[in-house]
Amino acid sequence: MSTLSFVLNGTAVEVADQPPTRTLLDWLREDRGLHGTKEGCNEGDCGACTVMVSDKRGTRAVNACILFLPQLHGKSVHTVEGLRAPDGALHPVQEEMITHHGSQCGFCTPGFIVSMATGHLNGVSDHDTHLAGNLCRCTGYAPIIRAAEATAAKPVPDWLISGTSRDFILPEILNSPDLALPRSSDELAAWYDANPDGLLIAGATDVGLWVTKQLRDLGPVAFVTGAVDLQEITVTEDSIRIGAAATLAEIMPAIAPYHPDFAEMIRRYGSAQVRAAATLGGNVANGSPIGDGPPALIALNATLNLRKGDARREMPIEEFFIDYGKQDREKGEFVEFITIPRQTDRLKCFKISKRFDQDISAVCGCFNIIVEDGVVTEARIAFGGMAGTPKRASAVEAALTGQPWTQDTVAAALPAFAQDYTPLSDMRASAAYRLTIAQNLLVRYILEDQGFDTRVLEVEA
Amino acid sequence: MSVHKPLPHDAAPLHVTGTARYVDDIPTPSGTLHLVFGLSEVAAGSIDAMDLEAVRAAEGVVAVLTGEDIGHVDCSPSNHDEPLLALGEVHYVGQPVFLVIAKTHLAARKAARLGKITYSERPALLSIEDALAADSRFEEGPRIWARGDAGAAISGAAHQIEGRIEMGGQEHFYLEGQAALVTPQECGDMHVVSSTQHPTEIQHKVAEALGVPMHAVRVETRRMGGGFGGKESQGNHLAIACALAARLTGKSCKMRYDRDDDMVITGKRHDFRVDYRVGFDAEGRVEGIEFTHYTRCGWAMDLSLPVADRAMLHADNAYFLPDVRIESHRLRTNMCSATAYRGFGGPQGMLGIERVMDHIAHTLGREALEVRKVNYYRAKAAQPSGAGTAKRFGGAHSPAAPADDGPQTTPYGQVVEDFILHEMTERLEATSDYAARRAAVDAWNAQNPILKKGLALTPVKFGISFTLTHLNQAGALVHVYQDGSVHLNHGGTEMGQGLFQKVAQVAASVFGLDPVMVKITATDTAKVPNTSATAASSGSDLNGMAVQAACVTIRDRIAALLAETHQADPKDVEFKDGRVIVGDDEFSFAEAANLAYMARVSLSSTGFYATPKVAWDRLKGDGNPFFYFAYGASVSEVVIDTLTGENRILRADILHDVGSSLNPALDIGQIEGGYVQGAGWLTTEELVWDDKGRLRTHAPSTYKIPACGDRPRIFNVELFDRANPEDTIHRSKAVGEPPFMHGNSVLMALSDAVQACGDGSLYADLNAPATAECILMAVNRQRGVDV
Repeated sequence: MSTLSFVLNGTAVEVADQPPTRTLLDWLREDRGLHGTKEGCNEGDCGACTVMVSDKRGTRAVNACILFLPQLHGKSVHTVEGLRAPDGALHPVQEEMITHHGSQCGFCTPGFIVSMATGHLNGVSDHDTHLAGNLCRCTGYAPIIRAAEATAAKPVPDWLISGTSRDFILPEILNSPDLALPRSSDELAAWYDANPDGLLIAGATDVGLWVTKQLRDLGPVAFVTGAVDLQEITVTEDSIRIGAAATLAEIMPAIAPYHPDFAEMIRRYGSAQVRAAATLGGNVANGSPIGDGPPALIALNATLNLRKGDARREMPIEEFFIDYGKQDREKGEFVEFITIPRQTDRLKCFKISKRFDQDISAVCGCFNIIVEDGVVTEARIAFGGMAGTPKRASAVEAALTGQPWTQDTVAAALPAFAQDYTPLSDMRASAAYRLTIAQNLLVRYILEDQGFDTRVLEVEA
Repeated sequence: MSVHKPLPHDAAPLHVTGTARYVDDIPTPSGTLHLVFGLSEVAAGSIDAMDLEAVRAAEGVVAVLTGEDIGHVDCSPSNHDEPLLALGEVHYVGQPVFLVIAKTHLAARKAARLGKITYSERPALLSIEDALAADSRFEEGPRIWARGDAGAAISGAAHQIEGRIEMGGQEHFYLEGQAALVTPQECGDMHVVSSTQHPTEIQHKVAEALGVPMHAVRVETRRMGGGFGGKESQGNHLAIACALAARLTGKSCKMRYDRDDDMVITGKRHDFRVDYRVGFDAEGRVEGIEFTHYTRCGWAMDLSLPVADRAMLHADNAYFLPDVRIESHRLRTNMCSATAYRGFGGPQGMLGIERVMDHIAHTLGREALEVRKVNYYRAKAAQPSGAGTAKRFGGAHSPAAPADDGPQTTPYGQVVEDFILHEMTERLEATSDYAARRAAVDAWNAQNPILKKGLALTPVKFGISFTLTHLNQAGALVHVYQDGSVHLNHGGTEMGQGLFQKVAQVAASVFGLDPVMVKITATDTAKVPNTSATAASSGSDLNGMAVQAACVTIRDRIAALLAETHQADPKDVEFKDGRVIVGDDEFSFAEAANLAYMARVSLSSTGFYATPKVAWDRLKGDGNPFFYFAYGASVSEVVIDTLTGENRILRADILHDVGSSLNPALDIGQIEGGYVQGAGWLTTEELVWDDKGRLRTHAPSTYKIPACGDRPRIFNVELFDRANPEDTIHRSKAVGEPPFMHGNSVLMALSDAVQACGDGSLYADLNAPATAECILMAVNRQRGVDV
């Protein structure tokens, strides 16, 4: 394998002879003797392994346990060991965590420190959202938040600024049959056409678990997030076009002006660490029945743009999901863009999960119901978690369309959910609960239209 | 004095820089081997055949062991019923069946998946009903404790109700998984580093497994990345496996569970079903009550008997139960063996009576807090003293004698001498503005059809001491070096609770030193022997006293020497601010230590402590299991969405009794963390087993402990600053477990919110964990919606 180059705690390193699916966490702990970064869950859910990664797209916190070494090529990484000043002085986050008693057993602490230092660097003030991906079992979080708030007033240390904004190594292009780091969609298309049995990896927030939990050997892989044109989000008069390699963290602010509820749903999608790595393209291509992206995109009547070699095709996004685990994608074909038509915002996204933050949805219901002169002219409703694929509620839509937009119409449409969906019971929710809340979310949609308060997140003591 | 100061955790600077060392961070000798278990895939049955050829042939594998190879190597802390590797029979999904020893952790994990085992499956006993039908239990029958005639008292009362609450178990989710590292020494001795709350138990079980005396095994524990009870007995398997493998291979051996393995293999909090029948008067005062506890203990006994005992011991919580009968069924089921978890059965017992109070209040249409208060134990009558304060009773103009003067007793006969919850509740009602918020919540609910708020105040009275009386002892070893630096060791372990810092503060106080002069060292069975688990909240009570004793011995020797050389009384030798003052002379502590050294005075001492006053009969449920009680009360305000069951904790106010705090900052940390962990148990933390006995929630992706945003937005914690009337270390009280049960107010507030959805005719009847789904179903019952 070719040699990877990146900056680790301010020092350039070259890494050779590593399998392309070696995780940064294992490499740090086993090869570099950097034991500050901890393994808590090895699946990207606890944040104990959080590291800071910087490149030209910015500085972000990510989970090292599901980050493969090639994803770092050309970037800069700070672990907890790299946050102190060269003279040993503590980062302000470290000082405040001591002062505010933010550590007890201390095992989650390095991950918190790195997340908090990243938030501090980026001027984040919504600590609950920013730290949702760091689990602490001891403190109850209150002292950690006090520390984060106390740090806000202090400047970002010089040593960290210079360490993250340095000129990044211009990486040599690494493309081989076993490993590719394409820098454009053209390069990706060429590699994938030549290696149609290869696997594309975007953020690795799901594929990472194939390696760390299923212990699979992945064969030839290409990491797509370096393809610059696939990172783009373009808004025109007609459409919002999202490149397959744009991360959820990048999409959230971009979509907020047009569909704020989509952005709010993304705020609860995974965690800051996951959103910084995960892509919408990966979320769609994966075809998971519980992915949160597809229901919103279906409700927005989005189009999927696929590419194989130089051949391109497009389809309404719901047609991509054929059956559980089966998508309308040929070998060597990949998601290039997702295009959302510009429209008046009527979208509401309701993500229902056992825990509010950083949880996989039991049900994710997205509603886009157009009402003109009191009559429903178009209803696009899609759910995740209700079937083997992300799926439209066609019978419910039909029951609403052409009817007056009233609670009576909604009540009359509710039984149609049972025609559209036969959900399963699993560890996240029972079938009965899923069907009940699917109906109730339509009720919530009209109640919100009518001005009722329906969101517990907006209530204060 | 360095005690009572809010010093940070001693290891905080190490935590925040990533330099605090846990088992898996310790540099290992080259050639260290890594261990992983192959696990049973069925819940009950016998093993017909094991094909481990592919495992043995896998890259990096050094050896594979089965039960046949090693025989019954026992891991149980209680009953000799836990073979390290299954012996022909398997008893739960996840039971270790074979052991892979390989060159890397990853190689061992990969190889362990290659085993092919065929089983003859038997029907698994999974539910309470299954176990009862098969009479599958750990004692000959249910344990029953009674006082008076509960049945008659219930029948004779003005009101009767009966009901049931089911409460789930709880995964510890310590952030650091189980881990052990064993390095062979000369003569076959073993050095064990273990992430354990109980080094002596590890030593004992490793020695037993190797067939060597305990002196041949040394166990060290510097810190754990969280314990919560989950490392009281569940680390035995890893340490024993490593020791066996180390003896077999002559190499250092390390084992750490991957998170999924950890959650599947190890025990959790016991789930409970509590059935109740209660008779009460018009004010809600309990006259007679019957509880039946059912708990699924899993396949092995582990610590289930004392856990179930403690649930019975807390069936009263803060309430006087005149005629009472408690029946407890400890059921053997085909699941992982339930184990210690913060509160150790106390939360389950306590939640039962809190549910009863809530149910009584609903039945009478009274405010639940009023019902709680009429049932509180009587406060000890004030004992006025001094001239003019005596009262005369019995005369024509005398005040009426307080007929109920004097303390009451618990169902198990311990006198509640120090009941301070009347005073604490009054204070918390004031500081939390309870009455006004009660009215505000009701008004808000009247205005909001979709969202409903709930409010509740619940008390905590938690018994402090190991109920296995002999465990209430501790030892310490303190050295003072000739430069005046102090080396501190004791039998307690550090799992984040700040025990080491508190004990260092105690030691520093004796010598009049700054705690930075005291070196905190790893718990080590070679320094202090025969230690008890750091459990039952007892860490600082026991070890603080033992350390104090050791330090006083050394200090008194120094004082005696200086008194002699200065013709002074040893009592007049003062140790403060790093100085030792005798008459007009003054030394630095280092100078004093050096003088003692030069005079050939020993500067090393052990210390020992045994808790006084504890003695009881656990079979009868009679006596004084506890040295004292710790108290507290909390108010939670919640909001629920009646369309989805989604909910939030909006505000929490907690008043908690830690006596005279050894370290208020660390104590508040325990209280905040305990509340959130308790709230998690009762809300989002749902363990789901399928009908094959497979745990479906075995990783943080499916098992949801509270995240940052789940803590209450407004979170007020206050210490009730009053010295422990018992003679504890600096008059402090234990703090580890009691605050966990403040989470009860969250479930009761959710119950209150659900109640606000109906017309008052139907009780909310909320089980735990009250997931969004559980809450929505309860709301729909209130609204007569059929789901």
